[in-house]
Amino acid sequence: MPTDNLVKISDLNFSYDNRAILNGINMEFPRGKVVAIMGGSGCGKTTLLRLIGGQLRPSSGSVTVNGRVVHEMGHDELYEMRRRMGMLFQFGALFTDISVYDNVAFQMREHTDLPEELIRDLVMMKLNAVGLRGAHALMPNELSGGMARRVALARAIALDPMLMMYDEPFTGLDPLSLGVIGQLIRKLNDALGATSVMVTHDIQESMLIVDYIYFMSDGRVVAEGTPDELRATKDPFVHQFLYAEADGPVPFHYPAGDFSADLLRVPARG
Amino acid sequence: MDKISAVLVGLGSRVTDRIWRLGFAMRFFVMLLVYSGQTFLRPRLLLREIWFCGVLSLIIILVSGLFVGLVLGLQGYDTLQRYGSSEALGILVALSLVRELGPVVAGLLFASRAGSAVTAEIGLMKATEQLKAMDMMAVNPLARVVAPRFWGGVISMPLLAALFSMMGVFGGYLIGVVFIGVDEGAFWSQMQSAVDFREDVLNGVIKSFVFGVAVSLIAVFEGYDSIPTAEGVSRAITRTVVTSALAILALDFVLTSFMFRSL
Repeated sequence: MPTDNLVKISDLNFSYDNRAILNGINMEFPRGKVVAIMGGSGCGKTTLLRLIGGQLRPSSGSVTVNGRVVHEMGHDELYEMRRRMGMLFQFGALFTDISVYDNVAFQMREHTDLPEELIRDLVMMKLNAVGLRGAHALMPNELSGGMARRVALARAIALDPMLMMYDEPFTGLDPLSLGVIGQLIRKLNDALGATSVMVTHDIQESMLIVDYIYFMSDGRVVAEGTPDELRATKDPFVHQFLYAEADGPVPFHYPAGDFSADLLRVPARG
Repeated sequence: MDKISAVLVGLGSRVTDRIWRLGFAMRFFVMLLVYSGQTFLRPRLLLREIWFCGVLSLIIILVSGLFVGLVLGLQGYDTLQRYGSSEALGILVALSLVRELGPVVAGLLFASRAGSAVTAEIGLMKATEQLKAMDMMAVNPLARVVAPRFWGGVISMPLLAALFSMMGVFGGYLIGVVFIGVDEGAFWSQMQSAVDFREDVLNGVIKSFVFGVAVSLIAVFEGYDSIPTAEGVSRAITRTVVTSALAILALDFVLTSFMFRSL
């Protein structure tokens, strides 16, 4: 990987209630690239995003964004950094009491003194980029899942962020919306000159648009590489994940005792 | 022995949980005050919440006030006429409302109508990650979402209590003067001479302000602290209504015992 990294994660550990979530994570996110973090549910992917965004503090190790260690920043510095970040939440997290237009204009009104006419032009440009200029007057409850995700994407790029974070951007989408969101993520990243971190478990769509992939399991990085390198790898975990095999290094069965003993056990009547 | 020990441990843990939660609520209150500046610098945010908490609660407050006044008029007249003092009906209605019923009943109605709605709104914003999204956009949810709702409630509550009392007095007048025939001059003049502005009206306003702070704080805290699931938000709403009602009644006793020490 090149050395000009926007985000660098070094020896990162994170525990919650004495339960280890992340163990010794090392990752690099070069400027201008789209990097995916993949793994099964509950492997610590979203926690990693929250650590990059400064919403959680690591137990040890560090996350560096644009040369600054995130957990050493004060409140104002952190907010200053977040103004240059965009995040797409799993289900959009649109503000339900305001329209699509106001959702996209939200950050512009909060963080800039731009006149309303200029904000209108910018909002229309952002909505046009995701193909929803015509939906600017709708309320979030009038949007389909795919449309809501696209509006949330327009809102996330409102201030032209240097870093985009995507938390499961493909969850619950139909194949058409899924392809549209995937292409938008790639195109917007290149157009904005941003860097993207995408947490997902959607293999097929992600392999088409990302530059590099980290595979995580049980809070550790178990494999990494470009999509082509990973397709060619013999690593059993990657193979199981890429080809959606039910059993393998990630077992199908939750740890349990002997099956026949369980069947013969007489249950106590409650 | 083990069972007794388990019961005691359970009881102790519930008590310490409550104390921890009270501590969290106080820390939340301090943070809320720290981040309240923006609310007053952006009056549109505040006006929206006053509309939501105050104006939209008007119907229930005015109608309830009228009925409470009508009942007070009937009950008061029935008791007073036994002692030949039916002209004192105006005093009875006004003092009951301004000192006690106005702030307390308006507070209970306010908690049920506006408090529960505020808890639901903030709780659902949390459950749908809207608060987290706002925080990631470098917009503090305490300043942008919580503080305006808190101050909207605090400002609305005394006004609603005053309107409740006004409608109650009107209800008492309708029953006593219009329907029963108590002398109109005596009704108003006795009320005017017996109700003291500082002792009665101002104390009532102070009570309703304190209830407004208590109910609004409980409502925003329960929403912000709710478990972000459908069941968690529903429980938070119930806690808002129950805790607010108990807080209003307990605070009313404390305030009354300080305000009317001559009793």
